[in-house]
Amino acid sequence: MLAKRIIPCLDVKNGRTVKGVNFVDLRDAGDPVELAWNYSQQGADELVFLDITATVERRKTMVELVKAVARQINIPFTIGGGINEIADADALLNAGADKISINSAAVRNPALIDELAKAFGVQFVIVAVDTRVMDDKNIVYLNGGRLPTEKQTLEWILEAESRGAGEILLTSMDHDGTKSGFDNGLLTLVNNAVNIPVIASGGAGSVQHFVDVFQQSEVDAALAASVFHYGEILIPDLKSALKAHQIEVR
Amino acid sequence: DGPRIGIIRYGAGNIFSLTAALERLNIPYGMVYTETDFEKFDRYIIPGVGHAGAAMNKLEQTGLVPKIKALKKPTLGICVGMQLLTSWSEEGDADMLNIFPVKTLKFAGNTTFKVPHTGWNQVYQEKENPLFKNIPAGSHFYFVHSYFIEYDHLYTLSSTSYINKFSASIWLDNFYGVQFHPEKSGVYGETLLTNFSKI
Repeated sequence: MLAKRIIPCLDVKNGRTVKGVNFVDLRDAGDPVELAWNYSQQGADELVFLDITATVERRKTMVELVKAVARQINIPFTIGGGINEIADADALLNAGADKISINSAAVRNPALIDELAKAFGVQFVIVAVDTRVMDDKNIVYLNGGRLPTEKQTLEWILEAESRGAGEILLTSMDHDGTKSGFDNGLLTLVNNAVNIPVIASGGAGSVQHFVDVFQQSEVDAALAASVFHYGEILIPDLKSALKAHQIEVR
Repeated sequence: DGPRIGIIRYGAGNIFSLTAALERLNIPYGMVYTETDFEKFDRYIIPGVGHAGAAMNKLEQTGLVPKIKALKKPTLGICVGMQLLTSWSEEGDADMLNIFPVKTLKFAGNTTFKVPHTGWNQVYQEKENPLFKNIPAGSHFYFVHSYFIEYDHLYTLSSTSYINKFSASIWLDNFYGVQFHPEKSGVYGETLLTNFSKI
């Protein structure tokens, strides 16, 4: 059986992880490669690196990071942040990235999805969607949930799928950071509407939240950051709990 | 020096992760661009990602196709590199190398079984072969693909089930193919690459 995937997400700036990391047995908590290796040893199924570098040197630093990760890590990983054109994606692919994730750039220029899928295959293209409820509707937001768009979330996701997205990474900005659980209602709605895999994000606070999201929404994967970085949830414990609930894991 | 793997280069897909894995495993390798390059190595890998029809076009443009079809040394196709070994792919309605008389078909995905088939799935060996030495039945490997090679008991070396049972790996004489990515499949993927280096 295809296993449900557990995906730690690392925020990276200028080649270093940011946000707090409180991890046992790390010499350097800011080194993304060491952190990634640690997660791969714990049994993470995949990794996402979200690059929040804002300098003109960003592509160069991202490529260096991707190479360093690909050299040492034997599980797949995705790079998100700052991918605006084919050349960005091409550089990351050639450095060893398995997938790229695009968010704002796709909203501003939806044809970018078609171009990337045509150039590299749908399996390379994740469309990340940040969503927030406004007037009882799920609306696509940009800039980490600060800037509302006119797009309704499900409509945008269906458009992204038809243009060639190979996977959807859906983050509920209402749930993100609350540790109150994933937005299982919206995730169920979206997962039942698309033929491509959906990664749940936003709201993980306990092992039970992962059990809930897989049982209720049946998404393929769940992503989280702080609960893993601070050691609040250890991946081996999480996998044991999922297994005890008859959820297929590696 | 030990055995050396020649990676057949034809312009399809990145090989950084593959060469990184070989380096971690201390398996010597080099690149094959021309017919004479083949003589430098005692086994070969055909890599590949993306569109199978487009990949076959690129391979034909290298002029290496007759040489590849005549190879007698161990040769391993990975992902689209494996699909190139089949007779035909639904992706681009393209004729392939026809080393294995089986077809590459598209998964019929739906809202329950998503396509691309993405993630870690279980692989079951169907024949005895050193490629799977020290890899237990049901081990997880990393897949990401929308097209699969049909199951055929003559050629299927290991199988996986997703929507339907398909060939996770194939084997005929010196030719091997794996649909999953051994360079991204954790410890068992590395074991498989080491095994191939010793076949």
